[in-house]
Amino acid sequence: MIKISNMSKYYGDYPAVLDVSFSIEKGETVGLLGPNGAGKSTTMKVMTGYTPPTNGKVTVGGYDIVDKSFEARKQIGYLPENVPLYLDMTVKEYLHFMASIRGMKEGISKRADEVIDITGLETYRDVIIGKLSKGYRQRTGIAQSIIHKPKILIMDEPTIGIDPVQVVETRKLIQSLGGEHTLILSSHILPEVTTICKRVLVIHDGKIVADDTPNNLSNRLQSTQVCEVSITENNDVNFINLLRGQDYVVDVRSKFDNNNEHKSYIIETSSNIGAEEKIAKLIVDNNIGLHKLNSLPLTLEEIFLQLTSE
Amino acid sequence: MNNIFTIFKKELTSYIKSPMAYIVAASFYTVTGFFFIASVSDAFSEASIRGFLAGAVFFLIFLSPALTMRLIAEEQKLGTMELLMTSPLKEHEIVIGKFFASFAIVLFMLLGTLFYPIILLIFGVPDLGPIFTGYLGLILYSSSTLSIGIFASSLSSNQLVSLVVGSGILTLLTFIDFVSERVTGFLGTILNELQLGGSFSVFDTSSFGIAEKGHFADFARGIISIYDIVFYLSISIIFLLSTILILETRRWR
Repeated sequence: MIKISNMSKYYGDYPAVLDVSFSIEKGETVGLLGPNGAGKSTTMKVMTGYTPPTNGKVTVGGYDIVDKSFEARKQIGYLPENVPLYLDMTVKEYLHFMASIRGMKEGISKRADEVIDITGLETYRDVIIGKLSKGYRQRTGIAQSIIHKPKILIMDEPTIGIDPVQVVETRKLIQSLGGEHTLILSSHILPEVTTICKRVLVIHDGKIVADDTPNNLSNRLQSTQVCEVSITENNDVNFINLLRGQDYVVDVRSKFDNNNEHKSYIIETSSNIGAEEKIAKLIVDNNIGLHKLNSLPLTLEEIFLQLTSE
Repeated sequence: MNNIFTIFKKELTSYIKSPMAYIVAASFYTVTGFFFIASVSDAFSEASIRGFLAGAVFFLIFLSPALTMRLIAEEQKLGTMELLMTSPLKEHEIVIGKFFASFAIVLFMLLGTLFYPIILLIFGVPDLGPIFTGYLGLILYSSSTLSIGIFASSLSSNQLVSLVVGSGILTLLTFIDFVSERVTGFLGTILNELQLGGSFSVFDTSSFGIAEKGHFADFARGIISIYDIVFYLSISIIFLLSTILILETRRWR
């Protein structure tokens, strides 16, 4: 459906995306994962025909995005990052307008009602968009992106800036859309991409640093695992030295904490050996008061650090 | 064509729903009303709409950009331009649709001013020829001012900038005779030809609307000159084309 070969995009002298190649097949759900400024949005802007690539070739649905921009754009439903909406229109008016500029001629009203049902906007049909909450604006944005039944759905950070309950609902909604469309979404939240997408492209500094399934990616990344313990110090035992003596511990560092009662440590261990249990047993055996022990998920920064230093 | 109509309809609805069009129309009627009354209320004054034309031509310098400042700047600001540009729409369809929406508002506004000739017909014996050409000129003139306004609106995402730049260009083209009179030779001729409105002595009550120069002058006198019609149409087309060009090049940045 989408083929990108050796695509670069420069803003002035600054390369936002550098020599990126990948292709996306029909029916795939692909997540673009990367920190802010990695080039996710730029890649999407090029795919949607908003801005042409500086170098390289991009085809969407078999049409070149520069030479056959018009045909390519017809295949796409796009939800830009900041969810652009006309604040003085009602939800229904907005959807009607979007449907007609996207080239729909017949059955607009019927389709608009359908999308309103899908996105759960029934009660807000005739409400002016300016009066909607952020979550419902997001839904309206999603509704406009699917109204013309596009083959390809491109969403730029679709769950940013809405409350946690709405995030879950929006994710479910997007997940349900994945079945019928080729879906591409960008995010800087790892769990979001892993729940929705079957394939993850990790972008960092304008380059693709990984292209894999979410499972493979996390297996590959989690050669080590990190946990945090908080303890009441036993003066007879040097906790750090005790931990360093264990063969499964890679690194220990003490964490500055305002709470004087408990001391916190960040412990990096080899993965898949049940490190939490072993640490807990060690602490109890040495008569140290265990206050808290939890394993920390990898942060996005750590993932990029690992991927880029591989 | 369909797309142009879709954009046109959307902008027209937006005008009807927002206060700006009403504010512009209200100030237009107030100002032109003053000028009209001032020009016909003296003893033995002429039964003509020249006073109204003088006021209209002068104040459209500010009112046209006020009407058009939203059109493109707001799309940039809201980010909805990204939706338009990623839809199967051509840039010229966007610009033309928007232009005709603002043009429709001005035509509607001018319809309301037919009140003035009706008053003349009731209380006097006006010459209908110059009234007709006056309106024809006004329609052509406003298409030029609106397209300059849209051009200004495409320059930034700030509506205030659009308003100031639009009025700035129009003011320059209206008072260019201050410069062109003092420049000789070929350059002087060119500058002279650029005079958009008539050089009305708007603040001189004794010579209301007696335009000697500028492309509006003949319309006010009751003359339909192809030359002036072509001038106004060219200005409209040039600025609309520039706007389209700006939208197209913005993609490549």
